[in-house]
Amino acid sequence: MSEWVVVGGAFGAAAVRVATPLLLAALGETVTERSGVINLGIEGAMLTGALAAAIGSTLGGPWVGVLAGAGAGLVVAAIFAAVAVGAGADQIIAGTAITLGAVGVTGGAYRQFYGPAGPGLSIPTLGAVEIPGLSAIPVLGPALFDHSLLTYAALLAVPIIWWLLFRTRWGLGLRAAGESAEGARVAGVRVSLTRAMATMLGGVLSGLAGASLVLAQVGTFAERMTAGRGFVALAIVVLGRWHPVGVLAAAALFGAATALQYVFQAMGLDLPYQMFLMFPYVLTLLALGGAVGRVRAPAGLGR
Amino acid sequence: MQALRGAGLSVAPGEVHALLGENGAGKTTLMHVAHGLERADAGRVLIGGVPRRLASPRDARRAGVGMVHQHPTSVPALTVAENVALAAGWAVQPTALRGRVRALGERLGLPLDPDTPAERLSIALKQRLEILKALATDARVLLLDEPTSVLAPAEAKELLGMVRRFAKGGGAVVLITHKLAEAFDAADRVTVLRRGVVTYSGSPAEESPKSLAAHMIGADLPDAAPRVSRAPGLVLVHVEALDVPRMERHGTGLRGASLDVREGEIVGIAAVEGNGQQELLRAVAGLVRPLRGVLEVTRPTALIPEDRTTEGLVAALSLTQNVTLGLGRGAPWIRGKGLHRIDWGEAERRTAQLLADFDVQATGPGARAAELSGGNQQKVVIARAMERKPRVVIAENPTRGLDVRAAAFVHERLRRAARAGAGVLFHSTDLDEVLALADRILVMADGRIRAAPAGATRSEVGAMMLGVGQRRGGEPDA
Amino acid sequence: MRRLPGASVLLVVLALGGGLLLLMAGLALAGYDAGRTMVALWQGSFGSWYSLTSATLPRAVPLILIGLGFSLAFRGGALNIGAEGQFYAGAIAATAVGGLVGGWPSSLAILAIVMVAAAAGTAWIVVPVWLRVRFGVLEVISTLLLNFVAEFLVSWMVQGPLQERTGIYPQSDPIAAAARLPMLPGTRLHIGILLALVLAGILWFVFARTWWGFRLLAVGTGPRAAEVSGRVDASRMVAVALLWSGAIAGLAGGIEVAGVSYALFQNLSPGYGFTAIAVALLARLHPAGVVATGILFGGLEVGAGAMQREAGVPAVVVYAVEAVVILVVLLADVGARRMGRGRVVPELASERAP
Repeated sequence: MSEWVVVGGAFGAAAVRVATPLLLAALGETVTERSGVINLGIEGAMLTGALAAAIGSTLGGPWVGVLAGAGAGLVVAAIFAAVAVGAGADQIIAGTAITLGAVGVTGGAYRQFYGPAGPGLSIPTLGAVEIPGLSAIPVLGPALFDHSLLTYAALLAVPIIWWLLFRTRWGLGLRAAGESAEGARVAGVRVSLTRAMATMLGGVLSGLAGASLVLAQVGTFAERMTAGRGFVALAIVVLGRWHPVGVLAAAALFGAATALQYVFQAMGLDLPYQMFLMFPYVLTLLALGGAVGRVRAPAGLGR
Repeated sequence: MQALRGAGLSVAPGEVHALLGENGAGKTTLMHVAHGLERADAGRVLIGGVPRRLASPRDARRAGVGMVHQHPTSVPALTVAENVALAAGWAVQPTALRGRVRALGERLGLPLDPDTPAERLSIALKQRLEILKALATDARVLLLDEPTSVLAPAEAKELLGMVRRFAKGGGAVVLITHKLAEAFDAADRVTVLRRGVVTYSGSPAEESPKSLAAHMIGADLPDAAPRVSRAPGLVLVHVEALDVPRMERHGTGLRGASLDVREGEIVGIAAVEGNGQQELLRAVAGLVRPLRGVLEVTRPTALIPEDRTTEGLVAALSLTQNVTLGLGRGAPWIRGKGLHRIDWGEAERRTAQLLADFDVQATGPGARAAELSGGNQQKVVIARAMERKPRVVIAENPTRGLDVRAAAFVHERLRRAARAGAGVLFHSTDLDEVLALADRILVMADGRIRAAPAGATRSEVGAMMLGVGQRRGGEPDA
Repeated sequence: MRRLPGASVLLVVLALGGGLLLLMAGLALAGYDAGRTMVALWQGSFGSWYSLTSATLPRAVPLILIGLGFSLAFRGGALNIGAEGQFYAGAIAATAVGGLVGGWPSSLAILAIVMVAAAAGTAWIVVPVWLRVRFGVLEVISTLLLNFVAEFLVSWMVQGPLQERTGIYPQSDPIAAAARLPMLPGTRLHIGILLALVLAGILWFVFARTWWGFRLLAVGTGPRAAEVSGRVDASRMVAVALLWSGAIAGLAGGIEVAGVSYALFQNLSPGYGFTAIAVALLARLHPAGVVATGILFGGLEVGAGAMQREAGVPAVVVYAVEAVVILVVLLADVGARRMGRGRVVPELASERAP
């Protein structure tokens, strides 16, 4: 019995750990897509944010790392916004190029900074912060209340983004820009500026996602370490139906599906471990089939 | 290209000022400048005698100027309340906003349910929402761009009545229109624009419809060709008790419709948008599948779709390519059985000939469709339709947005097709067009067809368009 | 090739020059010998007959193939971002079959491998196509997700069903000699390059000269008009184009196994699926352009490998050069449109009007 309590706690904790960077990036992309921009460059923003966080943390400690990660995400998204929103170039192509460029630049910069051996485990990380009292609850305690501050920040971002999108004039203008650029323009919304700001906010959150990956989850940096998590975040936005709460649920689903491997292993299931690794992606794909049909993407997305 | 040259007008409180002109004369551009949507190269805007810098519609709103655009500008996915908040710059707290929008509707006598998404509103209620938006911030100046073009006569009358009440209360109104009757009916003063220049400004009382028309187009109106009635021939389209599901989120489908179209006749359908006419026409064209009923159509058919830029033509492709697309595998320059090889050289030669025949102004058959003016785009669509040698021609709002000359050209070509023995079935939201073009008029309301009696007057047909005693979707319970 | 605008080729060359200059500046700043690096890059890619035929062209084959498949789908307006996964599906199928055809005549064995790989690539895109047609799920997202699944599948295969006989290394046994593609004597250039060229020719003909290819373009540039005025079943066109696109990517995987690696292992693809998207986009989806750009990028990437060996510069930085090239071309395109001088290059998914 107590064994299952431990497994349950470990499962929950792993799920939350996996979900945190995805949630951050997907929340950012939700804002971006609600404004009518699809940014495939968030994979690049996340990767750049991860390296910047590693370097920042090495130089000035983990909180400098967090700031550096957010800043790097902002810069990458600003480049994307200049090309795709400012100049009006194709968003899919621009996003692909930005991600490709981020792979190249981070690959080079990382060797330059850490040398061929890499940083190993030398990077100062963010410790877990137990929430007194709550963290003592069996299963739920270790699952939810024993994480880095970035996890709590990501959870806090859910209502904040919701409020921003659905309770502020800025959010109303942003959603209008995403649904009908012409309708928004006629109502006095500066569509390009709004979209650029939404894209950059998305970049900051993607950068933070990269930072949380390095500083709270993995503890080191490796070439291409985001391994497509930015793209997964794009899928999570769709699965979460472009709504912060839906995105939270979708990220949690993906985290839980990933963490299931611990449970399966504890159950002694004799399946190749790759099956467990595939599981979250297959699940997401199937869930998309069930979820998407009934909801529309912002009508102006990608235009 | 210059849209306006030294144009201007002034409107006083309590006055309704009609701005007349053909499509493309610059009426909309002039009002966009007054609403901060477009910047003038020279000149200024004075509001209440004070020069204003209008960099955005927000500035115009602050200066007390509201505008109702030609096409609804509401964001379809947002609710009525959200659309009003967006236009008026109100806070987005739902409960308070709901109450505020409801109060606004009641005060103006234009009630709307705040929680209905804009896309669910009927066309008349969409128009109502546009007016709510324009007046939400207590505008003293109201600019209306062709507000009646999609309304039934009774609805249009109601709208003009509202406009006059607004003026009587001390507001100033500019009413853009290309309908002379509307100007005589509603306006205290008239300004006429032609190709960006003011050609007349004064009181409508001093002018006749003919003289105003001359100011608009610079010459007398081309006389419509006299109607040659001939005995209708064989039945080409036979529809009986036909049901078709609705195509849009609002509006109705087709319910138990029956009609015949014969050789050599032009059948016009008068209806307000969203009453099943699109479903009928597209079913006849073979584009949507009916649920039940009889549908017999003699082929080939040709469809002139309502939206020429997204449904009629591919904007990014050349005229040759667009003609090829519309003619399909039957095009004479598509060869071979399995591969269906396209001889583009031949396609280009034949397209050039077609463009010449239909007097299309373009740099050549290689020009992209997007480069053409609306009138010339429509000529390409018609030319292509006629090249199919259709037995049945189906047209939706065939002259929407066209100037008088281009519209006359389109009408002439449809008449010519009928004279050559085709059956023509068309719909227009502009009742005057139906009255002018059709040999026989059918009226659609709420998905059902009724024949207008021969010799029915404009107002009789107009009354039939609104049906009798029907509730319209989206209207709140009283 | 009817007309690939000269300006387009010139622009890509200029953009590439700009990207390389930026790279040199970055390398100089980082303390590398920029000159020596560039020499290594050139020597390793186009500087000798050997490097051209044995490094650049073999590397270009999968880029060209996948790029052609991507172009096919994108002309119809569908984005197959999942070529990487379809490539792996093809590679797995080719490896499995390649171990069974030892006694076969070579031509038959090769034919079997090629067909099976294409079928596997098609199978890998069936679910995304179905999700798009049935539920409207964006194929960008669904094909992308299947890339991850394919990578884990390869990982399982080389440690499970297809692992080499000793069970030590995470890779498969080599495929039968009969199933390996013939080579140009004295080089490592296999006949897959011919296949790529032939396919480019076929697609050029289909795109430029056939009713099917034209309908596909119409669906990609104006889906509503294609349906209403052209009576085209747009969703069916797109589905078929996506299936072909998957087949071609799967074929690329089979060719890579039969012509280069002879075995399956993890990271068989150094991101071909993504580089090929850049290749296709830069080529404006024009088959001849895909061949040219594929060779250019193939050279760039093998040159980067030489750069790492000779000058110690991480090969991965070449992706930054590729990104600069894409962005420059993209911006030049926008600039040309803005200035109303017509475009430097034809619009995406639509070719210059005939």
